[in-house]
Amino acid sequence: MNYAGDAFPDNRGYYGGYGGRFVPETLMPALEELEQAYRNIKNDPEFIGELEYYLKHYVGRPSPLYFAEGLTKHCGGARIYLKREDLNHTGAHKINNTIGQILLARRMGKKRVIAETGAGQHGVAAATAAALFSLSCAVYMGEEDIRRQSPNVFRMRLLGAEVIPVSDGSKTLKDAMNEAIRDWVTSVRDTYYLIGSVAGPHPYPEMVRDFQSVIGVEVKAQTVREAGRLPDFIVACVGGGSNAMGIFYPFLNETGVRLIGVEAAGRGLDTGEHAATLSRGSAGVLHGSLSYILQDENGQVQNAHSISAGLDYPSVGPEHAYLKDAGRVVYTTATDKEALAAFHLLCRTDGIIPALESAHALAEAVKMAPSLPAESMIVVNLSGRGDKDIPAIAGSAGVNI
Amino acid sequence: MRGESRITACLEKLRRAGKKGLITFITAGDPDLAGTVVIAKHLAAAGADIIELGIPYSDPLADGPVIQQASARAIAAGTTIDKIFGAVGEIRQHCSVPIVLMGYYNPVYKYGVGKFAGNAAATGVNGLIIPDLPHEESGPLRREAAKAGLDLIPLVAPTTTEHRLVKIASDARGFIYCVSVTGVTGVREEIKTDLAAFTSRVRRFANLPLAVGFGIAGPEQAARAAVYCDAVVVGSALVKIIAGSRDAGAAGPAAGALVRSMKNMLDTA
Repeated sequence: MNYAGDAFPDNRGYYGGYGGRFVPETLMPALEELEQAYRNIKNDPEFIGELEYYLKHYVGRPSPLYFAEGLTKHCGGARIYLKREDLNHTGAHKINNTIGQILLARRMGKKRVIAETGAGQHGVAAATAAALFSLSCAVYMGEEDIRRQSPNVFRMRLLGAEVIPVSDGSKTLKDAMNEAIRDWVTSVRDTYYLIGSVAGPHPYPEMVRDFQSVIGVEVKAQTVREAGRLPDFIVACVGGGSNAMGIFYPFLNETGVRLIGVEAAGRGLDTGEHAATLSRGSAGVLHGSLSYILQDENGQVQNAHSISAGLDYPSVGPEHAYLKDAGRVVYTTATDKEALAAFHLLCRTDGIIPALESAHALAEAVKMAPSLPAESMIVVNLSGRGDKDIPAIAGSAGVNI
Repeated sequence: MRGESRITACLEKLRRAGKKGLITFITAGDPDLAGTVVIAKHLAAAGADIIELGIPYSDPLADGPVIQQASARAIAAGTTIDKIFGAVGEIRQHCSVPIVLMGYYNPVYKYGVGKFAGNAAATGVNGLIIPDLPHEESGPLRREAAKAGLDLIPLVAPTTTEHRLVKIASDARGFIYCVSVTGVTGVREEIKTDLAAFTSRVRRFANLPLAVGFGIAGPEQAARAAVYCDAVVVGSALVKIIAGSRDAGAAGPAAGALVRSMKNMLDTA
């Protein structure tokens, strides 16, 4: 079966039964224009050259694939490798996408960009790319996330972005995205909406996946160089799902490589306080695409919960919904507690402070590794670094810093 | 079953009489559904030509703060689609005014589009407006609505291109809802869109009546917009009155008074 290449999305922006464009008519012409602009640059050598230049010299790519000796020893089983997206400029994978989209926005003649953010990693990456190319930038962020990710709020302001607090609903990523879409409905003629995940209306899920697939392309080359073969497992956390799509996509047709997405189980799948959209959600429409969402029996969207602001989202990219149904990716979960334990573990075993989002993927690797043979190989996408989480973690330990 | 649309017939009749229609929007279930029935009766008695009932949704991304808050209140009051159908049935016992349900796609999708269209028609609903369902995605609901004899009323925006207008107009039923501003719902001091150019562009592709909505605050604005169309929609201004009223008993007459003054202005302009 062909999972990748030109197969998905189809010309209506669907991945199997998921995706599409469920937005007000006001935005449809802008999405058509964006899709056309993206088609024009997708294979344009000049654009690709420009993107590669900034990824290399500004972002610092390729990011290393690091053999986590301490964690491997601790688990006593499979060899665990970390794809070090935490070492990118701005500290997460998000910048791969924002550089790509900002270069596109510039070609489209847009002077202002808007973005939504949860953990603030995408907001920082958007503000950074906007500063680099002198575009004005407004970032919508839920008040709850502003509270728990305060270092990133300050970083965005340092970079010249306007951070707009959103006080509706759960005051997290979902509400920030509603407000960003309302801004775009109003400002669509001169504003570029820079979506940070593989979510939203077509062509965003495709475009963000393509810009993030540099992660998987590098992993392929790095594992072949390091071990002479492809890995047995690739593990990535899934909120909206951009880091996972980015590392999975180049491997979709390598069916010997098992792909595992880890959603946030929050306080536990049965507590109702989680963000496990694929594990516990059902088909529905949110933020412009048909995918899995967390909803009640009346189709009202439910609030997600996760200790990690970046996974705290009640929908997921439509391509993940397709890959789940097709059985190509296995989606599992890690609780707040398991993620915190993995966070602390990696600090001690390898001297790396991971983002709480990435700690969910680590938690799954820690569960898997002991029962696997020593020659098997797990790659964990270490999608971001944990500096932004330090005040919240200190706070939960009763330490005021 | 694509019989004569009651909604189109209602607006055509007004046009032949040289009059403009007034379409009134309120959020169903704000403050509660019993209140919605009371308020709807007042709207009809005051001269509303079509009543739109909003289906509340947790994430109303085409709405400004006034309707967002009404939606949240209605959900908190326990409003569901089946209960709204019940309220429509009650309104139907008192008046024959055409009723349109306006709501976001997810609750409809979750309910099941076929079941939704069938039950809506059976309870006395005449049309549907789904602001986040553009033409490309509207096929399944359009087919079910047509089967049930309901109009799926499309929205067009100032940004809508001509190639889109062709497609949208050819499948339109009831009327065409012209969104007056590039933005979300809510009262504005002035509508900056060139309505003359916008509506004449839409008319080149459409034979159905045109309604202009989003941002209509009161009688003067309604009269100014009505010059270019067959009907105007008032929503947030009514929802605001309801939010500011002690209860539905007080909200009904107050909302009715706004409708009466708008209707008078439209008739004399």
